[in-house]
Parts: sequence; structure tokens; C-alpha cells
Amino acid sequence: MLDRLARHRLARHLLIAVVAGAGLVALTYALPPFRNYQLATMAAYLCATAGLTVLVGLSGQLSLGHGALMATGAYACALTSAELGDAGVTAPLLLLGPLVAAIVAAAVVGGVVGLAGARLHGPYLAGLTLTLTIVVPAITTTFADQLGGDQGLSVLVEPAPAGLGIAFPLERWQAWIACTAALLTMLLLANLTGSRFGRELRAVRDDEVAARLAGIDVGRTKVVVFVVSAAAAGLGGGILAVLTQSVSPGAFSLAFSLFLLMAVVIGGTGSLAGAVWGALLLVALPELTALLSDNLATSPRLAERLDGNLSLLVFGLVLIVVTIVLPTGLQGLFSSAAGRLRRPSRPSPVDLTHQPTTDTEPTDAQHTSTP
Amino acid sequence: MNGETQVTVPTKTASGRPGAHLLVEGITVRFGGITALSDVTFEVPEGQVVGVIGPNGAGKTTLFNVVCGFTTAHEGRLSLDGAPFRPRPHRLTRAGVARSLQGVGLFPGLSVLENIVAGVGHSARTGFIAGLLALPSSDRDERDLRERAGVLVDELGLGDYVHASPSALPYAIGKRVALARTLISDPRLVLLDEPAGGLGHDDIAELAELIRGLPTRGSGCSVMLVEHHVDLVMQVCDALVVLDFGKVIAQGPPDQVRDDPAVTEAYLGAAVTDA
Repeated sequence: MLDRLARHRLARHLLIAVVAGAGLVALTYALPPFRNYQLATMAAYLCATAGLTVLVGLSGQLSLGHGALMATGAYACALTSAELGDAGVTAPLLLLGPLVAAIVAAAVVGGVVGLAGARLHGPYLAGLTLTLTIVVPAITTTFADQLGGDQGLSVLVEPAPAGLGIAFPLERWQAWIACTAALLTMLLLANLTGSRFGRELRAVRDDEVAARLAGIDVGRTKVVVFVVSAAAAGLGGGILAVLTQSVSPGAFSLAFSLFLLMAVVIGGTGSLAGAVWGALLLVALPELTALLSDNLATSPRLAERLDGNLSLLVFGLVLIVVTIVLPTGLQGLFSSAAGRLRRPSRPSPVDLTHQPTTDTEPTDAQHTSTP
Repeated sequence: MNGETQVTVPTKTASGRPGAHLLVEGITVRFGGITALSDVTFEVPEGQVVGVIGPNGAGKTTLFNVVCGFTTAHEGRLSLDGAPFRPRPHRLTRAGVARSLQGVGLFPGLSVLENIVAGVGHSARTGFIAGLLALPSSDRDERDLRERAGVLVDELGLGDYVHASPSALPYAIGKRVALARTLISDPRLVLLDEPAGGLGHDDIAELAELIRGLPTRGSGCSVMLVEHHVDLVMQVCDALVVLDFGKVIAQGPPDQVRDDPAVTEAYLGAAVTDA
């Protein structure tokens, strides 16, 4: 039974998703509202970091623009929800419609950037995606009438369905929405990276000439993965808009895009599980640094200064330490530790550094055809 | 004529031919003011092994790149099985052509088995959507691929290395994995770029046997190879094409080419003509 399950990727991934979903539902009942809100935020970030880790780690394309892609999704979500609200649409379409719009809008922008970027490598692609981060906030201020300028837009979110009870906290409902989106994103990305397409991505990353000779349309593959990654970021942005019930350009600064990338690297580039650690860090670190600055600072002015910059500093330091000590990220550390505990089970995830311990992907049923 | 008799033997391929027939006609390639290839004409007959040799810088790699579509010829044309052939690298395997790279050229982030499977090109049927949804068809397809790779693994004696990382392989094994990756798409024309480069004596002997076996392997294929190792070339090739400064200076059966004064001159300098 378990053996048969292991051979069907979809069944295996669905099982993991259902178990994780059940665990999360239980968790939302145990957590106080503010923690539920943080959980929801983390799930929103996870959509973006998961998409980004596939792009960076598996296809080898660098993006400094994922914050802007999230912004695209968030604005699309806000605009659509306003339109639908005016048209008198109610839940659940009032929730799903804007989120679908967020995915589509970010995917379209990602497709345009991906098309341009398919011919570029490394720093040039990074530069191109960087322009997104600068252009998107500029657009919001240029079209201030429609997009609300610096103030941004508000997003109409209906409370939890009455069927869940009147006392059902909004934060728990938000956590459910966000976690559903994150689980769906993770499920689809796990399917994709474990498939032939995932192997093609890694082939393109490793050697473009050999990949082309192996029958892979390198340009197309790069564009497709950029679209997928952007769509995930768009969903994350849309969820974030639903959570905060507002969108403003300030929430998607260049620093935020860099934070996303750092989170992916620290979690373990190319690893979906690593994207979870990255999303967790994104939520936890600001809180930790705020705690730190409160304790460090003696005067209120110093505290104010520290507050803005300390998280950047701490994140930067963590990034440097992780890149030097753990090139495969936190997930690389955990899976090699787990591997040492129960050898010789599953290989750890793919990485960019070609460490001898991590040379095969974790999900595939490759053991079935061993001679 | 072995090739001739094989044509009449029915094979399992849809086309029913053992190996493709490549015709290279009047190919000229210029890089700026330099003419890398000048009016190069020769053919790779069905089921034959044709070697392209010549001193460094003679244009061998450029010729390979033209046949693969990495470089576009300014003049001349290619035909495959009598039809005009306009190669594009990522569509080569679909046309039944596969090429190995100089050196090893494996994907370092993929295991040996994945490397071999990756070479299958377009023959796998499932696409992006099936992968995204992890449809059973994509699982089935993957199992088929791995089975096909398994056959090559056995054939080339790579059983001990399937889950290894390419960086951990001995050089000769890496070259064999690269060959397996080239062969998994069941090509009808195989292009080997310096298959013996960096190999020791025993490995070359093994390789020679392998190359000799290619035309009769599976549903059959033709082979075109670029090689510096003259002994190997003499041993395995049905015909040779000698390039020097982008021109074909001799072609024909190995014995005949070896005795050609123009070839000796190209390799050893002008001493022969002075004598």
C-alpha cells in the first residue's frame, strides 16, 4: 500500500498536503488571533518564496523583482475586489475572483519580463528584474487616481462565513485562506519540480548548450518557469492584500524584494521545504530584531533608528553566515542531519553548489528502476 | 557493402532505414574576414561511420556546429535522408540526430541516471500541465524513460554509478554516461565530438568497439565523428574527411586517405612536398 503510494507522486503529494492542512487547522485553533495573523502572513510569503526558490535554485535565474510581482498581484487583487464589490458580487466569488486576478496579472508581467530575460544571464537579468521593483511603485504614484498613490487602495474582505459561527475570529479565517493558498502553491510546485519539467529546469541551469542538444527549448523553459514563479508571487501578493485589507507601494520596496531573495538563500536555494524556513524567517526576524532593539536601546531616539535598520543588519549577517557555513541553507542542514540519522534513505534536495551529499532530487521515484 | 545489404533488412523504425543519410553540400562559413569553412562537401551514408579529421583550427568544430544548428552557414545546404535539413539545436533529437559534447559536458546537478534520461529529447510525451498536476501519465512516462535509461546503463556497464553525481565519476565513466545520454533518444545519426579526448589506451580500445557497434545497435544509426586520435579513426571509420584551413583536402576510405600526400603535408608540414 505504502509502496504503491510512493510511486504515485500526486497521491503522495496530496497526502502530505492533507496532513499538513489538518495540522494547520488544528494550529489555528490553538493560536491566539495575532499569531494566526502572523501564520497567515507567513503563508502569503511562502507563496512568493516557494516560487522564487524554484526560479533561482532550479532554473538558475535571478530575480530581484519578486516584491514588485507581489505588488502587481496585490494591486490586481484590490482593483478586482473593488470592481466585484461594486457589482454586488459576494463571497466566495468576492474572494476567489480577486485572487485569480492577482495570479493572472503577475503571470502576465512575469511573462513579459521572462521573455526579455530569457536572453540575459546573471547580473543582467538581476538588473532587468530590479527595474520592476523601481517601476511598479512609480506606476502607483503616476496613476494616483486609479491606484491611490502613496496611500494605496483598500481591499474589501468579507468576514468568515456565518456557517463557521458568529464568534469565529477573522484572523483564523484569514489564516485558513492564506494557508490554503500556500498549500496549493506548494503542491503544484512540488508536482512540477518532481516532473520532467523540473529535470529540464535543472539541465538548463547546469549547461544550456547540453540542454539544447538534449531537445530542451531553453528559451521557452526559462519563460515558463518565470511565469510560474511570478504567478506564485502574485498569489502571495493577493493574499497579503486580503490580509492587510489594503495595498500600498511602501509595502513592496526594494528592500522587501531583497528580503525575499535572502529568505530563499537562507532557507536553501531550490528547496521547497527551505522556502518554508525562509517565509518563517521573514515573519520572525522583524519581531526578533524589534525585541532586540528594545532591549539594546537606551534612548527612544536610538531605538527609533535601530528599529528601521536592525532587521536589515541581522538579516544580512544571517545571510553571510549561512552562505559561508551552510551553502545548502537551513534545509540542507536539516536534511543532511536527518540523512545521518536514518541512512541510507532519501537523498537531500538539489543545490547549486554541487556538494557531494546533495546530488539527487528528493521527490522522485528513481529508486524504482535501480538495476 | 554492409550498409547496402542492411537497407533491405526490415527494421523496427518507422522509417525502416538503418541510420540516416546526411549530405553536406558546399558549406561555407565566415567569421568576419576569416573563412572557417569553405565549400565543404561530403556525405555520411546510411549506417556508416564517417570521421572528420584535421589539424587544430581546421574547422572541424565549426562543421559540427553547422550540422547542429549552433552556427548558420553562409552558403551551402544540408540534407537529411534526401530532404532539406535546417537544424536547430533543441529540435535535433526530434529529427533523429544526437550529439555528444567535447569533454564530458554532463549536467553537474543531476544524477547519472537523470543525466541519461535528460537526453531523451522530445520523445517523452507528457508536458508541462501533466507535470504540474502530477497526472498518472507523467508518472508512467517517467517510468518508461527510466526503463530505457536502465537498458543503456546495463549496456554500457554503468550500473554502479546510477545515483552518483557526475563530479564523483572517473573521467572515462563520465564520457560513457555522456554517450548514454546521446544514445537514449534512439538517434539515427550520432555526432561524436572528440569521443576519445582524454581517454587512456584501454578505454580507447573499448570505445572503438562501441563505436563500431553503433550502426547495428537497436534500430541502427549512422555516425559522424570528430577526433584527434588517428589510430581510433583509422580503426572505426568507413570513410574519412580531412579538413585543413576550412577546406576538404582529402576524403575516402581510411587507407586511401592515409597515403594521400596532401594529408601528410597538412599534418606534418611542407617537408613532404620539398622532398
